[in-house]
Amino acid sequence: MDVFLFNGSWPLLSVLIFLPLAGACLLPLMRGARVAKIWVLGVTLVNAALSLKLYTGFDLSTAQYQFAETARWIPSLNICYTLGVDGISLLLVIMTTLLMPLCVLCSWNAIEKRVKEFLACILVMETSMLGVFLSLDFVLFYIFWEAMLIPMFLLIGVWGGPRKIYASVKFFLYTLAGSVLLPVAIIALYLHSAPHTFSIPALMGLPLAASLQKWLFLAFFIGFAIKVPMFPFHTWLPAAHVEAPTAGSVLLASVLLKMGTYGFLRFCLPITPLGVEAFAPVVIGLSIVGIIYGGLTALAQTDMKRLVAYSSVAHMGFVTLGIFVLNTNGVEGAMLQMINHGITTGALFLCVGMIYERTHSRELANATGIGKVMPIYVTALAIFSLSSLAFPGTNSFIGEFLVLAGAFTFSGKIAALAIPGVVLGAAYMLRMIQRIIWGGVSNPGTSGLKDLNTREIITLAPLLILVLWIGLAPTAFMDTFHASVAHLLQQFHAGLKL
Amino acid sequence: MILKLFSPELVVILGSLAVFTVSLGQGRARLAAVVTTVTALLALALSLLSLAWHGELFQHALRIDLYSQLFKVFILLGLAGVAIFGNLLKDIREDIRPEYFLFLLLGTLGLMILVSSIELITLFVALELASYALFLLVPLRQERPGLRIQMESAAKYVMFGIVATGIMLFGMSYIFGLTGSTYFHDIAPALLQRWNDPSAIVGILLVLGGLLFKLAAFPMHLWAPDVYQGASNETTAFIAGAPKAAVMAVMIRFLLCANPSDHVLAAVLTVIAIASMGFGNLAALAQKDIKRMLAYSSIAHAGYVLLGLVTLRDTGYAAAIFYIFGFVVMSLAAFLVICLVSRTGENVLIEDLSGLHSRSPLAALILGVSMFALAGIPPFAGFMGKFFLLTEALRSGLIMLVIVAAVNTAIGIYYYLTVVRVMYFSDAGDRPTVRLGAINSSLGLVLLVIVVLLGVMPSFLLDLALAAVRATAL
Repeated sequence: MDVFLFNGSWPLLSVLIFLPLAGACLLPLMRGARVAKIWVLGVTLVNAALSLKLYTGFDLSTAQYQFAETARWIPSLNICYTLGVDGISLLLVIMTTLLMPLCVLCSWNAIEKRVKEFLACILVMETSMLGVFLSLDFVLFYIFWEAMLIPMFLLIGVWGGPRKIYASVKFFLYTLAGSVLLPVAIIALYLHSAPHTFSIPALMGLPLAASLQKWLFLAFFIGFAIKVPMFPFHTWLPAAHVEAPTAGSVLLASVLLKMGTYGFLRFCLPITPLGVEAFAPVVIGLSIVGIIYGGLTALAQTDMKRLVAYSSVAHMGFVTLGIFVLNTNGVEGAMLQMINHGITTGALFLCVGMIYERTHSRELANATGIGKVMPIYVTALAIFSLSSLAFPGTNSFIGEFLVLAGAFTFSGKIAALAIPGVVLGAAYMLRMIQRIIWGGVSNPGTSGLKDLNTREIITLAPLLILVLWIGLAPTAFMDTFHASVAHLLQQFHAGLKL
Repeated sequence: MILKLFSPELVVILGSLAVFTVSLGQGRARLAAVVTTVTALLALALSLLSLAWHGELFQHALRIDLYSQLFKVFILLGLAGVAIFGNLLKDIREDIRPEYFLFLLLGTLGLMILVSSIELITLFVALELASYALFLLVPLRQERPGLRIQMESAAKYVMFGIVATGIMLFGMSYIFGLTGSTYFHDIAPALLQRWNDPSAIVGILLVLGGLLFKLAAFPMHLWAPDVYQGASNETTAFIAGAPKAAVMAVMIRFLLCANPSDHVLAAVLTVIAIASMGFGNLAALAQKDIKRMLAYSSIAHAGYVLLGLVTLRDTGYAAAIFYIFGFVVMSLAAFLVICLVSRTGENVLIEDLSGLHSRSPLAALILGVSMFALAGIPPFAGFMGKFFLLTEALRSGLIMLVIVAAVNTAIGIYYYLTVVRVMYFSDAGDRPTVRLGAINSSLGLVLLVIVVLLGVMPSFLLDLALAAVRATAL
């Protein structure tokens, strides 16, 4: 079976990746901030619409890389420009493109200085994020993976909060330091393949020595674990999340964190199965620590953004747990949970941003008792919070349930250790809603607040629909990755026997 | 035929004669600048044309092939850049500005002949022509009250330079003694035959030692920070780029004569590479003056380049050539901004760049991109260069060296990031706006485009570099 399926009549994936970049290049021609915003909104909407073509044209029955494109790029090292999408990347790509217009909308009034540069950073981010998910050549992948740091660094550092410089430098150094060994691992793989190649599908299932696989896994792991971020590599995350502007937080939480777990699925499982097997207990242990630690720390936060940031550590713990229990339920649950976390946490950051625009504070204490004055807002917030704590009927319930089911298959003890994380999730989220909706009704600072305007409702509505849609009818979403996950696990188990 | 093959050099010679004539009168600094710029551009155009030429000149002392001409392109690009953005010579006394241009052209001429030399005496004379011209550029800087920093730097530059030259000459005498010839044609086979003789390795190492001085690699780096700081901004801009490329060309020529499976040579170069990267990056972390920071960073970059030379293979040399060209362009872009930010030619502290983004968005963009490129962040030239170097070094099984280089990338990013941080995140305060002007803006944009193109379309130059090494290795 050929790994590539060339089922696109035109280079859809290249267009998806480079349309935002082209949009950014044309930005200087736009006169005035308002025109620029409308232009960027248009570009991101067109890209989102185009990405839906991926869904409609996607062949659900195969694990091949679809809409593939390939061209020689650096022939002397056999580096190719290869793109393709499969079940593992499809939903991540669509989620990314759908979130981009929302990021533009949520920044409509919040960003006042250097608007064009801000929008350019957002568009460059979109290009590099999509590039990461769609690249099937290691060099291409690494370029997008690293290039993303520059716009994100600027997003946090220029438009961030009071401690933005500390946060942006920490983010940059931490994530860069994590991925410096990645190229070494990539080159080592290249030199162990025959003929030498950087093509990701061709490197899967190479019969590598167990010790080499372990070293390669560690090199990958450090890079990906920092991106996820897994305990104890998470310390950049609260700082970056808290200081970033709302759009930056949304991109960080919804897309950037997924790159780590995407890396585990795309590279570690099929390329270094023996390394995965050897280190799975460690990773599972760190995941559980992350779940509990994230939950406990979130419970102690008074800053809403920090609270959501720490809840991300816990939620991503579930995702890595699901991946490394290495069975169908676990991996599918992790896949779905990646999307769910993108939607829910993105929405929660948007909600926090909306309050911040009104009160210029993210302290829970300053936002208490706004249920009376902002009924639409608190309804949306409540639904997203319920989704975050995996309430039945919302998207996260399906994902977390699958992960826990997978964990039970793997080991009852492991699953039992993760359960308190679910309880903690309920505790910190309910605490937040309770304070915001009912707490301290007489709070004078909040009485004059206006409820959501149309733009803000439009920003939240798509995410709200997705929360309930995935929660009530997940099949349409899960069908996209059944074939790929089955193929991935089959590759993994075949790799163990080599 | 000779005239045609020698025409890029000839243009520079005629240009220097013209500048010399100009320098005889008074108040002709502008004219000298224009003549220099025109000469540089003309020679650059000719050298681009000459990539396809090949032949040997002057009793086989000079060889014109893809290899030599490619390096001439690098050198002349460096000269043209400095002649364009540095033509005001803010920190050089007005009456000696024509002389400055004269030495600049003569230095370039030396470097051009150097990369073509395939005979030891010619090579030595060319190197000295280049060195003495550059030695003289440093003390031409204006004296600041109570501070004769330019004299101190010049003294250091000359002293270290002469010692390095002595070491190199000593090495050459070994090579001559072993092979009985000063021609590379004869040296290469003869040296391989006698490779078991330890003096062969000693000879090559001593020559490389002298050349490493120009490249500013550890332990021959001591001059770099002081000279970078003490010389005027334009001088540093030139010293930081073109001579390093030229010297690397000569190093590769000597290494091509060495036994490719030699372990001692590889081991020594590995140690030098590791020490250069580590020392350069760590020392750069503490710098406040941006030129000093770039000096230490150039020591680190010399270490990276050695990664390609350590392999003792043509693919490794090609990667090193790719990297050094990227490095020349990236430093030119950085110095363009430094020269223009400095109002009276004074040194620029990193904090002087505060809020550059609002003072001149284009200048901040150019410097920002060159910083990220020097740090090795994709999609810029520095990343691709580093990637090729790491690939070739690992192909030769140098896993420890590769890991050290990768870790050093992470250390290096901090000080490059500091510059970007200051430019974009700090307030300008009452610092004045910076005007680039149309010509400098276009030059900056051209350099940016090259930096990005080398990062995303590296194949062209990499293949060219490999073809060049193979063309000259015959």
